[in-house]
Amino acid sequence: MEYVVMAAKAVVVFALVSGSMPFIVWAERKVMADAQARIGPNRVGPFGILQSFADALKLIFKEDVVPTGIDKRIFYLAPILSIIPALITFAVVPYGGPDLKLFGYPVGYVADLKDVGILYVFAVTTLGVYGIVLAGWASNNKYSLMGALRSSAQMISYEILLGLSIMGVVIGSGSLSLVEIVQAQATPYFGVIPGIWLFAQPLGFLIFLIASLAEANRVPFDLPEAESELVAGFHTEYSSFKFAMFFMAEYINLLTLSGVITTLFLGGWLGPGVDRFPILGVLYFSVKTVALVYFFIWLRATLPRLRYDQLMRFAWKVMLPAALINIFITAYWVAR
Amino acid sequence: MTEWILFVVLSVIAIGSAVMMLVGRNPVHCALWLVLTFFCVAGFFLTLGAPFLAAVQIIVYTGAIMILFLFVVMLVNPEREGEPAVPASHRRAGLTLAAVLLVVMVGAITTRSGLGAIPTEPGGVTLRQVGTALLTEWMLPFELTSVLLLVAMIGAIVLARRRIE
Repeated sequence: MEYVVMAAKAVVVFALVSGSMPFIVWAERKVMADAQARIGPNRVGPFGILQSFADALKLIFKEDVVPTGIDKRIFYLAPILSIIPALITFAVVPYGGPDLKLFGYPVGYVADLKDVGILYVFAVTTLGVYGIVLAGWASNNKYSLMGALRSSAQMISYEILLGLSIMGVVIGSGSLSLVEIVQAQATPYFGVIPGIWLFAQPLGFLIFLIASLAEANRVPFDLPEAESELVAGFHTEYSSFKFAMFFMAEYINLLTLSGVITTLFLGGWLGPGVDRFPILGVLYFSVKTVALVYFFIWLRATLPRLRYDQLMRFAWKVMLPAALINIFITAYWVAR
Repeated sequence: MTEWILFVVLSVIAIGSAVMMLVGRNPVHCALWLVLTFFCVAGFFLTLGAPFLAAVQIIVYTGAIMILFLFVVMLVNPEREGEPAVPASHRRAGLTLAAVLLVVMVGAITTRSGLGAIPTEPGGVTLRQVGTALLTEWMLPFELTSVLLLVAMIGAIVLARRRIE
């Protein structure tokens, strides 16, 4: 029975996460349009909200161009490898507390991996690199390969920062479990300020935020697909539904990373009145996550793309030492 | 029973993909077969009640090391350069070494720990146990490993610098 409940939760979360993707794309186009004094999509449905669905249909019915000279098996494998990790990360992100129960079963999260927790998120996000790297290599195109090489170097560098920047949170919470990390944020500082890690770990939060931008290949770190120099980077040769899969993976990653940041630093499902009405937790989690998604879109409309050497230098010479200092300070503060 | 089935399935996939890695011609395909082997090893750790090790296995080996492998393979592009001719004497030496290694490993495994099931902790090994073991009982090997990695890192930088000057 336990497995049936878990499978049911997985199906619902999977459907909601992939179902929200067209709306994120629509939101991005609308917000970008506002930032650039344009109107944005406004023809299909009210406020153009059905534009993404129309685009998805169009993409599915497009001709599937398969270039010559490619490595066919890997060419087909790459988009799949890129979308699976994006979808399965949400399995450990708690969107409601353990008190949120339906028929006696906790439904606030799909799974609470006690001793793995946040490591699962890292293990899965590292796999996303394979999709990009293999796509670039299998395409047999120099621009694709350049994009793939850039992304592998970039993602390895920034994964280290992702890992190091949350060490402060892990040391402070005393657990790797995402549920316990949220619970550790329940006690307010000095009785008034919300006890979220954002206030106790501002440096860790900043580093994690920047590193997750790089991990999701978002502006200003979208070097792997820098259109002004690499055509479209690793997915230059992809068309039709295979392109749509890369596109989906990118936006689902954005949502997942926002969910992870909410959990780690913004108190996840916590909020006023959540102990009496656990269902409110889902609302709080969603509001915080959507706010972060909005923030990422806003950044894209604001910042220019970095140069590649700047990106690497910034990771290794500024962020890495800062993350290490953060760990030492937190360890001292906990051991005191 | 489930564990037995899992063990057999994982072993078959692990050994099969390891063989595919050895006989494959295309280096990128070989790297991917090796990734599949690493996944099976992570699966073994899970069946042995060590989820932390499974996660670390995937993060370190598939996430970091194999990506670097692929990175280098793509940069060098050995397909275009063709395989270097290997002299017959090298092949013979390699085979002998491999045979000796096989005998030593089989001997060590059968005499030291036997071929029975590995005892697992009820409820799995917790992260706390792993951390405590690393920083008390296995302190010296743990620190030596990190020193070794540091030396390798500095060595790589020194070699790269000398080439430029």
